[in-house]
Amino acid sequence: MITESPDLETRNARPRQDNLDPALFGQTPSQTVGPFFHYGLPWKGGADLVGPSDMGARPDLFPDAHYQLNLPSSTGTPAGDVIELAGCVYDARGDIVPDAMIEIWQANAAGRYASPDDPREDVAIDPHFIGFGRASTSAEGIYRFRTVRPGRVPGPGNSLQAPHLAVSVFARGVLKRLATRCYFADGDGNDVDPILGLVPGARRGTLIAQPRDGGWWLDIRLGGAGETVFFDL
Amino acid sequence: MTDIRPYAHEDPGAPPSLFPDYRSTVLRAPSQPPIRIPQTLTETTGPAGRWDRLMGPAMADLTAQHQGAPIGQRIIVSGRVLDEEGRPVPDTVMEVWQANAAGRYIHAKDQWDAPLDPHFTGAGRVITDAQGRYRYVTIRPGAYPWGNHRNAWRPAHIHLSLLGPAFATRLVTQLYFPDDPLIEIDPIANAVPMPYRQRMVARFDIDTTEPNWALGYLFDVILKGRDQTPFEDAHHDH
Repeated sequence: MITESPDLETRNARPRQDNLDPALFGQTPSQTVGPFFHYGLPWKGGADLVGPSDMGARPDLFPDAHYQLNLPSSTGTPAGDVIELAGCVYDARGDIVPDAMIEIWQANAAGRYASPDDPREDVAIDPHFIGFGRASTSAEGIYRFRTVRPGRVPGPGNSLQAPHLAVSVFARGVLKRLATRCYFADGDGNDVDPILGLVPGARRGTLIAQPRDGGWWLDIRLGGAGETVFFDL
Repeated sequence: MTDIRPYAHEDPGAPPSLFPDYRSTVLRAPSQPPIRIPQTLTETTGPAGRWDRLMGPAMADLTAQHQGAPIGQRIIVSGRVLDEEGRPVPDTVMEVWQANAAGRYIHAKDQWDAPLDPHFTGAGRVITDAQGRYRYVTIRPGAYPWGNHRNAWRPAHIHLSLLGPAFATRLVTQLYFPDDPLIEIDPIANAVPMPYRQRMVARFDIDTTEPNWALGYLFDVILKGRDQTPFEDAHHDH
């Protein structure tokens, strides 16, 4: 005897919601970069904003034949003081994070962003400087950039921001980009910077690079004692 | 002063930083809440339109990077990059990376006992056109086990990285495939609450599918949107 299922006409009547469902339209949610991004994201030279080099990549983590990303090219030397910025990334227990990826975005030496959304025409774009960099941390948890020291850029209202870099942190276990900043210990205007001023005094130091071995050093602590200040943009 | 049109804050689909089911978040999530700051030129600008010089040219066919064809199901992934108002985000870069058909990454740290494919790296990059459209060809990645908990398996996924127009629009996410039973038991996907999790599930599309050649999937990426009118900055001006 054949028994009819009572719900044949309603079962699976609607497909499951997915990416293109108009009812779900909105920001695509963030996910972790995972541990295996090194052959896909940090290209050789990605951490060198000044000239050609291999900085930023981790070619030790995959076979040579599988390096598909860009090779460094010479594009001319940008104006300004060349600096090296480095630091160590730590987790909440104080262990190093050898599988993080750090990105920077900054103005050129004159304080101009190489972006169509920086409308100022009185400050020149440097044809040799883009201002975006990407570095993997080393097996010791160290990131390292070579760049130029940025100039000051306007802040809210009539304020002027102290020289700084915008910094993004990605890693296995980091579900969404952590946004922070890097200022310089001797930076003009640190004491009146409109963003630093929003940070409790006791935590401001987590955003300020210190001179070290001729360069600048700023550790990034994802949690625990001395946790880096991260921003909600 | 400079008028700033800020980008939106994260919406309810954003995952928390701490999601203990995904064990690696426990020691890597900040314990302090992030400090809200006003967006400045730093946050509303980005390296738009310089991709070739910055990263190199597009690599839209992940099946043609070596001497031979990779093993696996050839697929086309296509879609648009839009802002929250549905406007196209043109000339923006999407980087993609993934495991091979057996679920194995070319990465030295991947110890999963599945074969490597000498003809597949799994890294690509596309630039959106004037309507925000993109398209790349790859093979469908496999699921793979990982050490999060006993019998943990990641659903098949493609990693996506987008910069968008500004520092504020930066996004790293993952694309999942429809009807994959592993999504519901994956702690990384589950960090995104329902129903927003489903935003990360691509749609099979017969019109994107090419006869006798490759299956097609659609996946739109929605970046944070921007107010249309300049922010007058009432609290700080004057």
